Amino acid sequence: MLSFLKKSAADTEPAGQSGWLGRLKSGLARTGGQLSSLFAGGGKIDDELYEDLETVLITSDVGMDATSLLMADLRRHVREQHLTDAAQLKEALGACLLRLLQPLAQPLDASGHKPFVIMLCGVNGAGKTTSIGKLAKYFQNQGKSVLLAAGDTFRAAAREQLMTWGERNNVTVIAQQSGDAAAVIFDAVQAAQARGIDIVLADTAGRLATQAHLMEEIRKVKRVIAKALPDAPHEVLLVLDANTGQNALSQTKAFDEALGVTGLVLTKLDGTAKGGIVAAIARAHPIPVRFIGVGEGLDDLRPFVAEEFVAALLELNDD
Amino acid sequence: MLDNLTQRLTGVIKTLRGQARLTESNIQDALREVRMALLEADVALPVVKEFTAHVKEAALGQEVIGNLNPGQALIGVVHRELTKLMGEQNVGLNLATTPPAVILMAGLQGAGKTTSSGKLAKMLQTQQKKKVLLVSCDVYRPAAIEQLRTLAQQLEVDFFPSDLSQKPVDIALAAHDYAKRHYHDVLIVDTAGRLAIDAEMMDEIKQLHAKLNPVETLFVVDAMTGQDAVNTAKAFGDALPLTGVILTKLDGDARGGAALSVRNVTGKPIKFVGVSEKMTGLEAFHPERMASRVLGMGDVLSLIEEAHREVDQAEAAKLAEKVKKGEGFDLNDFKMQIVQMRKMGGVAGLLDKLPAQLSQAAAGSKVDDKQIDRIEGIINSMTPAERAKPELLKASRKRRIAAGAGVQVMHVNQLLNQFEQTQKMMKMFSKGGMAKMMRGMKGMLPGMGR
Repeated sequence: MLSFLKKSAADTEPAGQSGWLGRLKSGLARTGGQLSSLFAGGGKIDDELYEDLETVLITSDVGMDATSLLMADLRRHVREQHLTDAAQLKEALGACLLRLLQPLAQPLDASGHKPFVIMLCGVNGAGKTTSIGKLAKYFQNQGKSVLLAAGDTFRAAAREQLMTWGERNNVTVIAQQSGDAAAVIFDAVQAAQARGIDIVLADTAGRLATQAHLMEEIRKVKRVIAKALPDAPHEVLLVLDANTGQNALSQTKAFDEALGVTGLVLTKLDGTAKGGIVAAIARAHPIPVRFIGVGEGLDDLRPFVAEEFVAALLELNDD
Repeated sequence: MLDNLTQRLTGVIKTLRGQARLTESNIQDALREVRMALLEADVALPVVKEFTAHVKEAALGQEVIGNLNPGQALIGVVHRELTKLMGEQNVGLNLATTPPAVILMAGLQGAGKTTSSGKLAKMLQTQQKKKVLLVSCDVYRPAAIEQLRTLAQQLEVDFFPSDLSQKPVDIALAAHDYAKRHYHDVLIVDTAGRLAIDAEMMDEIKQLHAKLNPVETLFVVDAMTGQDAVNTAKAFGDALPLTGVILTKLDGDARGGAALSVRNVTGKPIKFVGVSEKMTGLEAFHPERMASRVLGMGDVLSLIEEAHREVDQAEAAKLAEKVKKGEGFDLNDFKMQIVQMRKMGGVAGLLDKLPAQLSQAAAGSKVDDKQIDRIEGIINSMTPAERAKPELLKASRKRRIAAGAGVQVMHVNQLLNQFEQTQKMMKMFSKGGMAKMMRGMKGMLPGMGR
């Protein structure tokens, strides 16, 4: 009955990586169990069941707006398909959620430019620097050469964090003793051009969207990158913590307004947070989700696949 | 999405006019709106359910007093109950123990433990004159120890070095020993971020707790956290005997419903909030303010309180008397207003306390403390005679003043315009009519009239 989900999940999961979907699922399912038990009994579709479903969406940070949309969608679906059994409702909700999230599943194609410059931004503690490490590994595994720019010149030891990481993994890190993020990244882009590097990953300091002067500064960083290499940066990634609630939506809007965000990275999905905020973003301000972070290991950053995400969120492969 | 509760309720309120008591039927819709507002503010669903049930109980049968309509009366109840749930009053640190008093920091990755450790150390050192030692037990994240070392150096707080090859418990015990021998009053132990479901890491922090026997165990949580705050808080609360919570990144535009979730689940007071990227940006938690913020009501109440406390009442009375007598409102008075405004935390401090929408609008107009500084500088460059009689100011005097204050003549003119507007406002005020004054208010701050 869940054929559409099972098939795609199997397709997109290469051999030897079966652990990660399990991990994502077990992470996502940790709070849960609630959903499986809802449907386990079969039985009739009634208001109580709808309310329980609504609860599941709300407690996953899907948000009121997207939840209302999904519930209306689900009710229409049930009416049109003449569903009567509670067990069918799970697949129906999965289909609704998938329809909402599918447009966000656009993998990052970093082949169009050389160097392909990726700039990361986000609030404090979202996981930018850690994601850069994982992204570097991801591109290295594809046989690409990577260069890192230590553009977080504000937080204490952010530069050291990136340099330590670079040393351990044999990746060049461009950094300066102090000073200006734009200048560091400018240097890095020029160095990458000179050395024939494939991918430049530019770190920036964490900032809250309410800090007008810092948002102004990051606009400047982007402008300066374009001076080093016209049409760079080729990708602006906003890093979002899966633990974040509805504020992730304001973050997405604010950073998009400032920089033109082209992709999202959803981190820390290996905890109990479900990352339902992605659905709220899909509804209100859709931007492709490029990667999700599902663990602390270097290989734990994966491309976002809507089917897998829905399956994990609704615990669909459990039955 | 940032619709505040007051706005949400206006629609509902219309149907409630003219009813004397809050009853089950007339508050049902309003309660639904309360529920939605709380969920939008990221208060966890189980907490919302419990809370709305509680509000309903408290509200039923309550009389609608005076000019209030039932909706407003309900907001009052919600606000009161929310404040109560947040803990009613601020609770500080309890450091009464044989020194060194150990403070253990715990939380998820990226919550802000290291930054908060630094801020807390600074606060204890400057405000309570404690001798503080900082130590990091984060041997996992690259350069985490280096981060705390750098912070300690910037803040001029003692730092106990550690390195990646050591075990967290050994580091902590060595630091404790060092603190004892060097007569530190407080030892702040920063730890690695950990997931509540990571059994091994949770064991590690339990061990740290057992060995250190901290007097304060603080759970650090990001104000932007969503629904999962309940799960995380519960897991940390179950693993560790927490004594309090630090709510970080409150200077963002998140409504901070997580505060309510965490408080409700752990039952422990929120002791501090992180409100700025600056190292001084750690403040005592005010439950009442947080309640207003979660409801999107802004902090108007404490703004009023603060105005009462900080504004020099005698000076204000003198001014009122002067205005009443019809004596002119002059530049000396104008300057005094500015000084009083600064006492209330400057423009930034004032903006913080306004409701979200208002403060965003005001922030957009880029009024900042620099402009206020400039105004004060210009007035300081005037002679007493000029301050008392601004009409003396002609071109040559303006040039002199501009040169003295290091500004352009244009800026002096701008100031005089603002002063005239304020003066007009004062005249309106003396002729009675608060409403007129409010209308005139727009001209009072530079740039606000746009």
